[in-house]
Amino acid sequence: MTRAIDVEDVTFAYDGQPVLRDVTMSVDEGDFVGLIGPNGSGKTTLLKIMLGLQTPDSGRVELFGTPAAEFSEGTRLGYVSQQSTEAETMMPVTVREVVTMGRYPHAGSRRLTDEDREIVDDALEQVEITDLASRRVNRLSGGQRQRAYIARALASEADLLALDEPTVGVDADSVDAFYALLDDLNDRGITIVLIEHDISAVAEHASTMACLDCELYEHCATDRFLESDALEQAFSSARVVSSAGLAAGD
Amino acid sequence: MGALAAVMVASGLFILGWLPALAPGAWPTLFELSLGGWSLEVPVPREWSFVTVGFPELYEAFWGATCGAVGSWLVCSGFLQRGFTAGVLIGITAPIVGTYLVNRQMALIGEALAHTAFGGVAIGLFVGAAVPRFDYPLLFALVTAAIAALGMQYIAVTTDGYADIPIAIMLTGGFAVGIAVISYGVVFSATVESYLFGDILFVPFENVQLMVALTMTVAAMVALTHKQLLFITFDREAARLARINVWFYDTLLIVLTALVVVAAMQVLGAILVAGMLVIPVAAAMQLTTGFNRGLVLSVVLGQIAVFGGIFLSYYWNVATGAMIIIVAIVLYIWSVLGKPIW
Repeated sequence: MTRAIDVEDVTFAYDGQPVLRDVTMSVDEGDFVGLIGPNGSGKTTLLKIMLGLQTPDSGRVELFGTPAAEFSEGTRLGYVSQQSTEAETMMPVTVREVVTMGRYPHAGSRRLTDEDREIVDDALEQVEITDLASRRVNRLSGGQRQRAYIARALASEADLLALDEPTVGVDADSVDAFYALLDDLNDRGITIVLIEHDISAVAEHASTMACLDCELYEHCATDRFLESDALEQAFSSARVVSSAGLAAGD
Repeated sequence: MGALAAVMVASGLFILGWLPALAPGAWPTLFELSLGGWSLEVPVPREWSFVTVGFPELYEAFWGATCGAVGSWLVCSGFLQRGFTAGVLIGITAPIVGTYLVNRQMALIGEALAHTAFGGVAIGLFVGAAVPRFDYPLLFALVTAAIAALGMQYIAVTTDGYADIPIAIMLTGGFAVGIAVISYGVVFSATVESYLFGDILFVPFENVQLMVALTMTVAAMVALTHKQLLFITFDREAARLARINVWFYDTLLIVLTALVVVAAMQVLGAILVAGMLVIPVAAAMQLTTGFNRGLVLSVVLGQIAVFGGIFLSYYWNVATGAMIIIVAIVLYIWSVLGKPIW
């Protein structure tokens, strides 16, 4: 089984401030990885580096066996980021149009075919927002919007889905349903990397956990992780580090 | 990407009539270009270019029929026929390009390009007065706007965004250069005014042909790339993730904006031209839920603004460019007060 993501000795500094230092981890295909850590530990940065959206200062990053910088099969990657951009709040775009964007890289310059439209319909069904298809994206609730973006990743036939704190601002019931959806997708073979604040929730669903605070503390199966001292170490030392003013990155 | 570039070049050649020139034995006309002391014969198969062959016939047929049917001076006057045609073309290209600009908060870039284009016009007028062969201010405007567009792109790439400071500097700087050049050496104030405020009465037929070429180019480019443009406009990071060449499409958009701005400057004037990029689009966004519908609607509203503006400017004896913008704003206010209709 190839590794979906392979990160080795990655270091990244932002404006001179070290954010990631010698991070090494890998994600197998079909994994469900929970990436946690205190604020400012560089989780989002690591995720972006893994997806090839950012280049590390040093170290090796590989996506499905290819160096991330040379990886060209963008359709295999899906990304649900933290906040809505300004464009998303203002632009008149329907849910269907957003999900159809997942087909654009496949289509290139040619017109969309019936097959494309079918795939879009399928994706909408899988995340259960078919009835919202004609609604403007910025009129949706937080949870509905996140589903729309997952649908977009599904429409693009992504093998890897990366989510950055997707349940921020989502009500508790929707969060449960959201995790059920992620479980479902993972069962179907989609690799999932999830950044979350709510450690217990993600520990319940993820198969492996990674805790980040400038250096990777522990990356192992969830049960062992919860039993280990890694969490305590990470968070207590983070407090120490922050109050001493040493940069944990921000 | 290569295929896309090839199609773009091919369609460009078709519009300008060069495609048959690639086939051996198809060099029907020789067009003489003389610059300075030397001259050059350029084979331009004029018979094949839509702009030089198909369009004039279409134009004559349409206006001949309309004049015959309606009979009023409004549609029979040569000046107004050209003016209307120019206006319609502007009402198509400006909202199309503007849709992508507005949704990326790049509306002021259109304004900056217009002001810089005016600087180019001033230089063109100055040079043209001294050397009559080079008396084609719009060409200078086109070159200046294109350079400004690429400069803007370079700054955006290095500073990661379209910050308002570089835009403000380009906007005022381009205009300042224009004013400086005019105060130094250009005497024809009426001509300068017509570029500043627009003059629908003095659009020569060659400029209408140029606008047809630009409209077809803009339409073709957007038709080929509208999916990528939408994706980049809506979610730049996701577009990068999908390995779409974001820089290329950004540059394309900005260059198309420069083309549209220079073409529209003749009727609306350098100062007001950005309004056509923004206002019909803003109105359409109020009235629709979908992006593609918004695009179509903004063109419709642009046309209403152009026609309404031209008619009203004649009945009330007011500057045409200003009237078009005012009608567009009235449409916008109406759209804000209303509800989504489509």
